[in-house]
Amino acid sequence: MRIGVFVCHCGSNIAGNVDVGSVAEQALSLPDVAFASDTMYACAEQGQEGIIEAIRDHGLDGVVVASCTPRMHEPTFRRTVERAGLNRYMFEMANIREHVSWIGKDKEANTRKALDLVSMAVSKLRYDRPLTPKSFEVNKRVMVVGGGVAGIQAALDCANGGLEVVLVEKQSTIGGKMAKLDKTFPTVDCSSCILGPKMVDVSQHPNITLYASSEIDELSGYVGNYTATIRRKATYVDWEACTGCGLCMEKCPSKKSADYFNEGVGTTTAINIPFPQAIPKKASIDPDFCIRFTKGKCGVCAKVCPTEAIRYEQEDELVTEEVGAVIAATGFDLFDTSKYAQYGGGRYPDVITSLQYERLLSASGPTGGHVKRPSDGKEPETVVFVQCVGSRDKSVDRPYCSGFCCMYTAKQAILTKDHLPGSQSYVFYMDIRAPGKLYDEFTRRAMEEYDTRYIRGRVAMIYPKGDKYVVRGADTLAGTQVEIEADLVVLAAGAESAKGSPRMAEKLRISYDKYGFFMESHPKLRPVETNTAGVFLAGACQGPKDIPSSVSQGSAAASKVLEMFSKDMLESDPQVAAVDIKRCIGCGKCVQTCPFGAIEETDFRGQPKAGVIETVCQGCGLCTATCPQGAIQLQHFTDNQILAEVNALCRQPLVTSFE
Amino acid sequence: MSPAYAYYPGCSGLGTSMEYEQSTRAICEALDVNLVDIPDWSCCGSTPAHTVDHTLSCALAARNLGLVEKMGLDTVITPCPSCLTNLKTAVHRMGDEEFMRRVNSLLDEPVGNTVRVKSVLQALIEDVGPEKLAERVVRPLSGLRVAPYYGCIMNRPPEVMEFDDHENPVAMDRLMEAIGAEVAPFPLKVECCGASFGVARKDVVARLSGKLLDLAEANQAMAMVTACPLCQMNLDLRQGQINAATKSQHEMPVFYYTQLIGLALGLDESSLGLNKLCVNPGLALREAERKTAEAAS
Amino acid sequence: MEILDLSNSRDDEFISQVEEESGQRVRLCYQCGNCTAGCPYTFAFDIPVSRMMRLLQAGQKDQILSSHSVWLCATCESCTTRCPNGIDVARIVDVLRHMARREGYATERGVKVFWDSFLESVAKHGRVYEMGLLTSYIAKTGKVWTDAELGPRILPKGKLHLTPSRIQGREAVARIFQRYKEASK
Repeated sequence: MRIGVFVCHCGSNIAGNVDVGSVAEQALSLPDVAFASDTMYACAEQGQEGIIEAIRDHGLDGVVVASCTPRMHEPTFRRTVERAGLNRYMFEMANIREHVSWIGKDKEANTRKALDLVSMAVSKLRYDRPLTPKSFEVNKRVMVVGGGVAGIQAALDCANGGLEVVLVEKQSTIGGKMAKLDKTFPTVDCSSCILGPKMVDVSQHPNITLYASSEIDELSGYVGNYTATIRRKATYVDWEACTGCGLCMEKCPSKKSADYFNEGVGTTTAINIPFPQAIPKKASIDPDFCIRFTKGKCGVCAKVCPTEAIRYEQEDELVTEEVGAVIAATGFDLFDTSKYAQYGGGRYPDVITSLQYERLLSASGPTGGHVKRPSDGKEPETVVFVQCVGSRDKSVDRPYCSGFCCMYTAKQAILTKDHLPGSQSYVFYMDIRAPGKLYDEFTRRAMEEYDTRYIRGRVAMIYPKGDKYVVRGADTLAGTQVEIEADLVVLAAGAESAKGSPRMAEKLRISYDKYGFFMESHPKLRPVETNTAGVFLAGACQGPKDIPSSVSQGSAAASKVLEMFSKDMLESDPQVAAVDIKRCIGCGKCVQTCPFGAIEETDFRGQPKAGVIETVCQGCGLCTATCPQGAIQLQHFTDNQILAEVNALCRQPLVTSFE
Repeated sequence: MSPAYAYYPGCSGLGTSMEYEQSTRAICEALDVNLVDIPDWSCCGSTPAHTVDHTLSCALAARNLGLVEKMGLDTVITPCPSCLTNLKTAVHRMGDEEFMRRVNSLLDEPVGNTVRVKSVLQALIEDVGPEKLAERVVRPLSGLRVAPYYGCIMNRPPEVMEFDDHENPVAMDRLMEAIGAEVAPFPLKVECCGASFGVARKDVVARLSGKLLDLAEANQAMAMVTACPLCQMNLDLRQGQINAATKSQHEMPVFYYTQLIGLALGLDESSLGLNKLCVNPGLALREAERKTAEAAS
Repeated sequence: MEILDLSNSRDDEFISQVEEESGQRVRLCYQCGNCTAGCPYTFAFDIPVSRMMRLLQAGQKDQILSSHSVWLCATCESCTTRCPNGIDVARIVDVLRHMARREGYATERGVKVFWDSFLESVAKHGRVYEMGLLTSYIAKTGKVWTDAELGPRILPKGKLHLTPSRIQGREAVARIFQRYKEASK
């Protein structure tokens, strides 16, 4: 074998404290190395041409590049060697930047370690074999999970791009959090006026199948060929028959049902359509409050329904959908402000959350857009907004900034003045975070034009005094404690991952962070991809996001799906498990241990053997570690290759290699 | 009968809060909470010790923990939140071995950190509980509207105190409800009364305790109920000083919760030390009785 | 107002000493002001708690140790309980108070004398002797009328004893103080 080694300077990133020339020179004495040189930027056009030239000039049949992390440039160099006529798997990378130059200052030791890594890569490369990906067909349908603004945007973009879309929403209507908002910052345009038309587009689009009141039970398969099992939850109303006339809501005697859409401000009926612009505009029964379900009596809705759509006996129904890609757009939930007992812990009626306040501001809300105190219906004169409730607070395990609260609080302060010109608003803030386009101007407007009094400091406690609430905080700029007697206090609840998001992530086989937000594949360069091929992210399920960012991500995810579906066939990664039929004893341990269900029992001349479904295998290697016979090997990471690396490292005297 | 508890009364129980001490013993006996006196207990160090040095402070508390160990008992209870805090903090901080070594270097005999420390209030909630207490009530205080005031350190910091809600404690509320009293909302439940600054900085106590009395009155409480000798002293003994300083005219009786429980259990009033209170509670108690009778007729 | 020379007046050793003695990290404080907001004593403080934390981050030893605030903190724990960064602020103030003592600051002399008298009483009797404590405080401060108006209210109640309750172990307690004094020499 003739191996070429290329040691990259990466400007001064590596060359600053690794003697790259010396590494290249010493690499020449490694077995099978026929060529070695150092190069300023291996990834640059010139660097790549240099590699191609060397392959041709020196008749190389394998290449090692010692440079940076393979996460970024392994695909680059694989394409390079391929251009020179080699198989792309006849390539190895040694990471002498992240693993060497960036973490150690001792140039001599660094140089030795870099050579060790190069020597390991060379040893592995000697066992590399050309691998060829298989191609398979793609089912060009996409499933979007979550019908908030991010999911709606993704669904519409995909559908307009010609794809068939399945949109799954767990609530009985799409619209998500945005549908609950009154106005949006920084333009103060009406939320339902801009979201409503998109919701209608979803319902009327010939390419979109909408499953509302539905959840994902299971997702199986692999990129290009997923099968989703969708649970259509019982709504106790036949939605084919329901016309959304609302007569049932008028007559339903159970009027004290929890009003989830209105965030518990006011109540609704047990059978209800959450709001007038709901899509689909269909009624459903809340069995926790329906008298028919709780007491066995009643039946008024069934009597009055003009289309006889009521089905008390309805049960959940499972449907399956075959899709080639999935976009997760499952959104976020609000921090539970009752965890702050010092703010009343939910015990004081006029200390409410920011989303509850949106419903008070909204013309379609329970007060018809009149700002009234929940306790006595009086118009508040003094409204105090408390920011960072469940944001930037380690003591409640929410150290992150929710990002949008500064902006919506400024908006709510402005709207308060619009609704109640005689009112005075105060905002307690720690720092104002307004980095978006026209955002800072907006918060300044709240102060300069709307006379919102901003106080820099946190609030320690809120307690009732007569029919007012004493808000005791600090004004850290004035350097003292302050107290305000408020009529209404609005807590700017932070964002947290949607309830059940870890379980959802497990179903979709994607990772999530310690707060339950879904992990993107790369925080900067692959923000809407996940590490599971064919599963993409949009919106606040990945982290707190405002509307413009959620919409952008929805479109970005859609474009990724369209890009993927622009090919009729996809290639599978050949770095998967392979079974040596002769060694396999058919014990089935690998079948049990595989987390992806990628190994099945097959019959080989009457004997049970393991068989790998190559498109499903993710190349994790669990099976290879489990197999008692060593019969199952991960291609490109065989036991022999790993041992060769270990040998390369351990053959040298430990003293010099680890010093 | 509860498990046997080592009982730590605290120094003020011998003097300024003797009625707390008396009534605590009386109701514990009546409710079968088994108190075993710690022989030769000494002062826990209270606030002054920890303002001088943490090792010294914990050593003063730990001497008593050592005595409890010798009694062969695993739990000590005390009525006083200041003692409670010092004993609990000593156990908590001695979780650090190096700190424990330093504490022990000040003591005649080394102690461990295995003794559990609870307040009498916690023991009453856990071993008796509001339901059982309610069953034993012979004289419900139904006409009495009280503001339960817990003081600042009964439940804080929560990592050390590990009992009840640190912002909105309810243990005393539950016991007061159990004996039939009406509980007035008292949102400044855990706000500091001025603590031990009464002697040196009367103005501070007048302002802070004054605020508490104002709120109790604004919320139509007929009396305040406390679980802390220092809080009770500031609110009761110093009420005249507070009135003078804040130009108010409070006549607010300030009970220990144990006294009210004792009354409801029908215990002999002389065993509850009601006559030791500075603001005469007679008026409030008679008014309560009148209201109860009125409601009954 | 005093101008802080951040290049030259920052006492790093002071910061690390506070950190070591309190077991807290002062740089965790992001100045939200929650401690000042909740502190019942802010009205009496010359430096509010959050500013004390800020001055501590800036290593301003003299300003902090000579403050009245370090003596007027009652360790009510509201700052510690509500700190979003989990800083035991009350413990830091306690440590600052220890340092102030060691460095000879006593801006609230009455408070210090009261606490000293308390501990002297404990060292002598094993338990606090309340009457003796008050007498000692008056003798040291010369404030003869301290709480005199309370006499008629409390004396008839028979709660203040004229002799201390002495315990057998009072020498054991005295030895604790003795060893502490020797150890801190």
